[in-house]
Order: sequence, then C-alpha cells, then structure tokens
Amino acid sequence: MAYLFQQALNALQLGSIYALIALGYTMVYGILTMINFAHGDLFMVGAFFCFLLAVYLKLSFVPTLLVSMLGVACLGVVIERLAYKPLRAAPRVSAIITALGVGLFLENFTLALSPYPKHIPPLLTNTTWTIGSLSISSLQVLVIALSLVLMLLLDFVVQRTKAGMAMRAISWDKSIVPLMGVPINKIISFTFAIGTGLGGAAGVMYGLAYPVIDPYMGIMVGWKAFICAVVGGIGNVRGAMIGGFILGAVEILVAAFFPSTYRDFVAFTLLLVLLILRPYGILGKPQPQKV
Amino acid sequence: MKHTFILIALLVICSLCVFGCAQKDSDAVRIGVIAELTGDIPAVGASCKNAAELAVREINDNGGILLGGKKYPVELIIEDNAGKADQSASSAQKLITQQKVTAIVGPNASRYALPAAEIAESGKTVLITPWSTAPKATLNSKSNASKKYVFRACFIDPFQGGVIAKFTLDDLKLKKTAVLYDVASEYNKGIAEIFKEVYEKNGGTIVAFETYTTNDKDFSSQLTKIKKANPDIIFLPNYYSEVPLQIQQAKRLGISVPFIGSDSWGSEELLKLCGKDCEGYYFSTHYAADSASDETKKFIATYKAKYGTTPDDVAALTYDSFGLLAQAIKTAGKNDRQAVRDALAKIPLYNGVTGNMQFKEGSGDPIKSAVILQIKDGKFTWFANAKP
Repeated sequence: MAYLFQQALNALQLGSIYALIALGYTMVYGILTMINFAHGDLFMVGAFFCFLLAVYLKLSFVPTLLVSMLGVACLGVVIERLAYKPLRAAPRVSAIITALGVGLFLENFTLALSPYPKHIPPLLTNTTWTIGSLSISSLQVLVIALSLVLMLLLDFVVQRTKAGMAMRAISWDKSIVPLMGVPINKIISFTFAIGTGLGGAAGVMYGLAYPVIDPYMGIMVGWKAFICAVVGGIGNVRGAMIGGFILGAVEILVAAFFPSTYRDFVAFTLLLVLLILRPYGILGKPQPQKV
Repeated sequence: MKHTFILIALLVICSLCVFGCAQKDSDAVRIGVIAELTGDIPAVGASCKNAAELAVREINDNGGILLGGKKYPVELIIEDNAGKADQSASSAQKLITQQKVTAIVGPNASRYALPAAEIAESGKTVLITPWSTAPKATLNSKSNASKKYVFRACFIDPFQGGVIAKFTLDDLKLKKTAVLYDVASEYNKGIAEIFKEVYEKNGGTIVAFETYTTNDKDFSSQLTKIKKANPDIIFLPNYYSEVPLQIQQAKRLGISVPFIGSDSWGSEELLKLCGKDCEGYYFSTHYAADSASDETKKFIATYKAKYGTTPDDVAALTYDSFGLLAQAIKTAGKNDRQAVRDALAKIPLYNGVTGNMQFKEGSGDPIKSAVILQIKDGKFTWFANAKP
C-alpha cells in the first residue's frame, strides 16, 4: 500500500511538470493553430536561467523562479515577433519548420556557450519525511503544489479575465474578433508570454527536482509534453493538464508493475489506443471544417 | 541571379581552400581523433582531445617519429562526433577517405565506437578506441572473430563486470544487489548483464534488475521498486552525467544503502555534479592517479600543468593509445596503414601510463589489470587492485 502511494506521489511530481509544459503547446495552438516545437527548448532555457541566477547572482528560490519565468516569457514574445509573426499568413508548415529551426537554434546556442552538463545547487533545504516505509520530500511537495497553483491561476486568467476572454475569442475566430476592437497582436504576445513563462517555471522546477541539466534536456521532455497536449485535446487548457497527469501516471505505474524495459513501449501503446478511441483528445472537440 | 553567381563562386573558393589546406604538409604522419566534444558526455571528449594534443606535442618536440632515417612530425586532425552514432561513422569515413590518416584514435563511448569501428575495419585503417569496453567493438559483427584493424587501450566489460561482482561479494561481503542501467546504451547494458551472470554464479542474488533509456531524468519509479526489494548495495554502470541524479533521487526516496559503479564514473565532472552525495562509494577503473608509477606521475604532472586538472581515465587511455600508435609506426618503419596494423598486433609488452598491456593472438583487446577506486573527501582514491 505504501509502495503504491509512493509511486502515486512520483507520478504526481512527473505529471505536474509534464502538465506545465503541455500548457504552453496547447495555448499557442489554441490561439494560432500552430505547434510551437521550440517550446521544449524554451523549457531548457528556463532551467539554464535558473542555473545562472542561482550560481552567479546567488538569488534565493522565489526571485530565481520569478526572474526565470519573466526571462523565458520575454524570450517567447521576442521569438513570436521575429520568427512567427512574419509567417502568420504563410502555410502552416512553414511556421512549424520555423519553430523546429528556433528550437535547434536555442539548443545549439546553449551548446556553444558550454556543452557540459550543469549542476543546479539546492536552492531550498530539502527535508525528507518518513512515514512507515513512505518517504515524502519537501521538494516533491513543492513541485506538485506550485504546479497546481500555477495551473489554477492560469485557469482563472483564461476563464475569468478580459484578456482570457479575448484569447478564447481569438481561438474561436481569428478574422472577426479583430473587427470587434480586440488588439489581436497584443493578445497573441500575451498568450506567448504566459505559455512560455509556464514552460520556464517548469524548467526551474525540473532543474530543482533533477538537478543535472544539459542543452538537450528539452527535446525528449518537450516531445512528451506535446503528446500530453494532444492526448488531452490540443487547444484545450484543462485537457493539457489532464494529459500531463495521465502520461506521468502511466509512465511511473508501468515501470512500477512491469519490467521497466517495457515502460515507453507500454506507455505509448496505451496513449495510442486512447487516441484511437478519442481522436480529438480527452477534452478536444471535433472542429467542423469551415468553408 | 547575380547573387546566386557570387554565392556559388564563394562556395567554390571556400571548398578549394578547405581542400587545399587539407592537402598540405604531406610529409607528416596524419593521425585522426574522433571525440565526443559536444553531446551528452562532453567531459569525455575534452579529456580525449587534451591528452591527444599533449601526446602529439611531446612526439613533435622530439622531432617526430623516426622512419627510415628521417623524422616525420605528427599532424593531428580532430573530429567532433557530437555524441551521435551516425556522426561517429561519418567522421571515421571522412578521416579515412578525405583526410587520408594513417590511423584513428577514438571514439570513446562504446555506442559511438561501434559504428566507427565498422567503418575503420572496412576501410582497412587502424582504429584504437581508448575507452570503449564493449567486447563487440573489436569483434567482427558477422563471424564474431577479432576485427583486423580495431584495437583498444582498455580492458573489456566481461573482465570489468567480473571484477566488480567479485569485489562486491568478496571484499564488501554484500550478497544482495540491485542494478539500474540504461538499456539503450551498449556499454551499460553489456556490463550490467555480465555483472549479473558472475554475481549470481558466485552465490550473490540480484534482487532487482531495472532499466531506463538514455536522456531519462526521472528514475523515481525504478528506485521505489528497488527500495521495496531491499538490496544491500546498488550497482549503477552508468555515465557520470546520470549517476549523480540517480544517487540524489535514491536518497530523496529514503534509500540509504551504498552504491557501486564502473569506469564510466571516472570523470572529475562526477565529483562536481554529485557533491557530497557520492562520498564513500566505489567504482572500478583503469588507473589510479594517486598510486602511480614514475612514468605515470610524469604524465599526470605535465597534464596538470597544461590543463589544470588531474587527467581522468579517458585522458590516460588516450595518451596510451598514442604511445601504442607511435611505437607501432616506428616498428613498421613506414607510414603505411597495413604495416602499422601488423606492427601494432605484434607489439611486445607496452608499458603505458595505465599499466602494462599487450595484444595477443590477433585480438585487439589488451591484457591488463584494473583498479577499484573509492570516492573519499571529494577525491578519487585508490582502494584495491584487480589482476586479469
């Protein structure tokens, strides 16, 4: 029983990080119907910001988190302005290829600065509580709690604020909404800022939980988060959160009860089956083809 | 249109220049190096490059290699494989056909050495891998006989896996081991399987045999499973960039048993990434910097003076690879791939910085010994010797 509970905690930790990154994919898709494949690498940049701030400026946890989020959000907005905006009218494939290019640029830029894996110093003193054979670390609790807070905050922004309403409206119809006086460019920048900022936060938390970071760390995690977004129903904010927790749980539990060699194989087969049953994802709705 | 012309003209000029540069200095003995300068284990590549440059400079300071009464300098051509198997193969191809090297040193990790070794074998060019311990690197993939042109400067996994298994049983007297290894990497998988075989044959029990794949950062599920199996010690035959994460996560899950590793731990980077968490643990490796012979001490001192760090095992083995090559070229008496290969295969006992080694019966695997190191006060310290 304690074993199951321990694995459930592990799954929650991994899942909340996947969910945070998946949100970035889904928000950008929702508003631009474009997949920002550079998102995984922005997540990596977040972890490197955390490293730089913690090691060279010796900031404590809260300023490190906030400055990293802000830094990545600014980078996200700049990338959108320079790389994606000129292609808004171009075929969607061009934008996706550009996104892949931006991702490669970020990876290789970081690589050119230094190819060595970096160690993020512990920003918080970690205590491990032991209850019977169950071990709960304060870090685990922090990652889960902080992710949940950020997700609730996002849900509030999207569902209850004016900017959130504008975001939802743009994702509904991009051509009519600007005619109603909604500043579409500002809203798109705002979406990018939030989406990538959350990716940056995920990078910081990932860096704390798994403190060895390298320039390629965003690739695999990024792909997995993208899968989460698709499983949850891409374009749907709550779907991305659910997708993240599902993938985290499946990965951990498969390795917990089967030989760990089968983990990815079983995990992704399950997700494929899920997509066959619900091709638009768990919360996604089929979009009628507009003529 | 005009721009296109200028562009093409520029490209032609550039390629001519590159081609021209590559052709100059035809009097030198050209030796290629393939190193993991970027990618997932850059510390390995950097050590390899540093040691290669040091070895070549020492040879050239003495005027070069004596061939037929004339001394020829050594020219070093370094290729980065970016930590990729396909790029290792294409680097080997480039060195053999374009750069016309006499021999190649590297790549180091087995997963990159294997594809490069296949190319070297078909290109009939000597390749010495300093650090690849996977048996397959020097074996012909079809006939399973020894490859003719591929050699290494280190011992092989069956030997190392056996040494660690016996050390755990006989010296540490721990009878229950859990193993966590990367199933997608040639080296980790090979050594884990051999460890299991020898450990069980000698009366030990493997209580958990868990895997992950390269680039994974979360091992919580596997480690929770290992914790439930209640081992005496955990064996991690994984690379220095992954081991710190595994040990730190294990500690966070409340695992308090010791860890043991293999030669892939032996980078100074491990100490930096791990901090205090790796204190007191053991691993097997190629040489101990603190209990060295005079010859080795001299190498350590020169290396330290030049690069500011103690040479790790990759550096020492790369240095030995160049030593072996230089001697083979000298014995061959001419700058010819086939002659160098024949001389290397018949090399009499070579006294390198990582100990004595010798190639026997056409095999590319040297006969040499291993050491067990312990991490003590943030340093690698000699603990025990293991003879072949």
